[in-house]
Amino acid sequence: MALIPDSVEATRLLLMERSRPGRRGSTLPALDVPAAPLPEKRFLRRELPLPEVSEGELVRYFTHLSHLNYAVDTGFYPLGSCTMKYNPKWHDEAASLPGFSQLHPRQDALQAQGALRLIWELQQMLGEIAGLPGCSTALAAGAQAELAGMLIARAYHRARGDGGRRRTVLVPDSAHGTNPASAAMAGFQVVTVRSNAHGDMDLEALRSALSPQVAGMMLTMPTTLGLFDAHVQEVCRIVHQAGALVYGDGANLNAILGRARYGDLGFDMVHLNLHKTFSTPHGGGGPGAGVLCVSQELAPLLPAPVVARYEGGSRPLFEAVTPPQSIGRLHGFFGNFGILVRAYCYIRSLGEAGLLQVSANAVLNANYLRVRLRSAYRLAYDRPCMHEAVFSATEQKARGVRALDIAKRLIDYGFYPPTIYFPLIVDEALMIEPTESESKETLDSFIAALLAIDRESKESPATVRDAPRRAPVRRLDETTAARRPVLRWSPAREH
Amino acid sequence: MAKVPSELRYSKEHEWVKLEGATAVMGITDYAQAELGDVVYLNLPPKGTALVQSHKMGEIESVKAVSDLFAPVSGVVAEVNQAAIDSPELVNKDPFGGGWLVKATGIEPGELANLLTAAAYESFLEGLATSGH
Repeated sequence: MALIPDSVEATRLLLMERSRPGRRGSTLPALDVPAAPLPEKRFLRRELPLPEVSEGELVRYFTHLSHLNYAVDTGFYPLGSCTMKYNPKWHDEAASLPGFSQLHPRQDALQAQGALRLIWELQQMLGEIAGLPGCSTALAAGAQAELAGMLIARAYHRARGDGGRRRTVLVPDSAHGTNPASAAMAGFQVVTVRSNAHGDMDLEALRSALSPQVAGMMLTMPTTLGLFDAHVQEVCRIVHQAGALVYGDGANLNAILGRARYGDLGFDMVHLNLHKTFSTPHGGGGPGAGVLCVSQELAPLLPAPVVARYEGGSRPLFEAVTPPQSIGRLHGFFGNFGILVRAYCYIRSLGEAGLLQVSANAVLNANYLRVRLRSAYRLAYDRPCMHEAVFSATEQKARGVRALDIAKRLIDYGFYPPTIYFPLIVDEALMIEPTESESKETLDSFIAALLAIDRESKESPATVRDAPRRAPVRRLDETTAARRPVLRWSPAREH
Repeated sequence: MAKVPSELRYSKEHEWVKLEGATAVMGITDYAQAELGDVVYLNLPPKGTALVQSHKMGEIESVKAVSDLFAPVSGVVAEVNQAAIDSPELVNKDPFGGGWLVKATGIEPGELANLLTAAAYESFLEGLATSGH
């Protein structure tokens, strides 16, 4: 039998490995100006191993890779605490309008009134949604807004002559990992407060952790367990009594959008993730955008710039300003402006009724999954959930199948796996967030897959442990990748 | 079932400690290494660091998560296990032997009374298995 070689695409060779000396991607016309001398030799790299391929090879290579992608545009993406909802395409179209996309960030404010007005209106709308009127949109993501919030807490206590002793920030054990990291980056000591048996904040533990040394508390609401802590107002009151501020992580806003406002609940600050709740592209399709909303009292400390509206003249004038006691600038120019345009479109097109339906459907979808799956997968906390349901695969683990194996097996069934092993306080956690975007048919097929995997864990656990079988690659060796990372390709490592 | 050697003392954070003369050897338990999964990185306190019982002494990173390490007893770090830092898989393969983490001197033997015996740690693990979180 004659041996037929694999097609070049099927070989999975890297672009570097497809390189052939002298092959070119473009044909340059003959030089019709005097040749300029090269810079001094010491400025030139001796070796620059760029792949030498034709344009066609290059296009095939990247197009093939793009076909291996899994995205919200190709399938269900139930990644817990990430709110991977569908991103309407007309938002991209609006963001590419030349009046937005071809503005220079240093353009005179008078020539950018439309863009500035959009930011101002977005500040107003997000401030209204959060119930906290001060708003800065020039932040790259939630974690950067957290850092800004912690720097504001530091500046707030310092301005009151209380900065020296308030060096501690409280964080519940169910928090997003970025919360303690942001507090530590701002120079605070982090103290963990435990959750009680219902998954809520343990009020006794909170009271005993509070002292005149505490500057603030960071609270994810709804929690990473997908739960609404009914004592949240009490929590805010207790923290305020101790002279500390309450920072809200609004990553899970999707569950309460239009129904509960952070300011009304007692929070002093909250960040909103535009790339989660407000449907702007996420992950590799980003960039993201975090927006920090604060109380009137803290607004003078907001990071710059904030857009202000001035009356007078024939029409109002919009201008970027630095708040009077601003903690400074954390992002160049106006943040990720194209993302702000998309979030603006989302809010304006849905309106109040639409936003209310978002949270209603998000919570309904999560509870549908919760109830349909709880016979096979143990619920971490068996009570109605918000935007996501957290299961604990301990029964499957007893049969030799862990949360990681279940996640990998879901790939074979055509689904992106949920978040696993988070929150940390749930053993073998599977954290599933369907968002409002999904139809009942999609949810039913996902449920059928998880029920099938549970059956497999009883009948043929090895099938689950060996997954994925149908993906472009089999189970990756994450351990060796972490222990001995190879971060750069070089010819010597080819084999 | 996780191994729980009878001659050691245990913390509820799943560290173990063993006295070798005036030196305390510490590490994480078999249960802890199994729960963490493959350990990929250790951040241990340098020689000379003062340890305080049940306070954070370092970090351990697995493919699943980064977790804090707590000192099971107070003392001063006399030696860290460089072999385990270089090959974190030792912690998974031999948590009570070659995968030890820190040796400390200047310890307070009385503090051992605050730790669990092997039997008490075993029943603590059984409690965890039934609660699920």
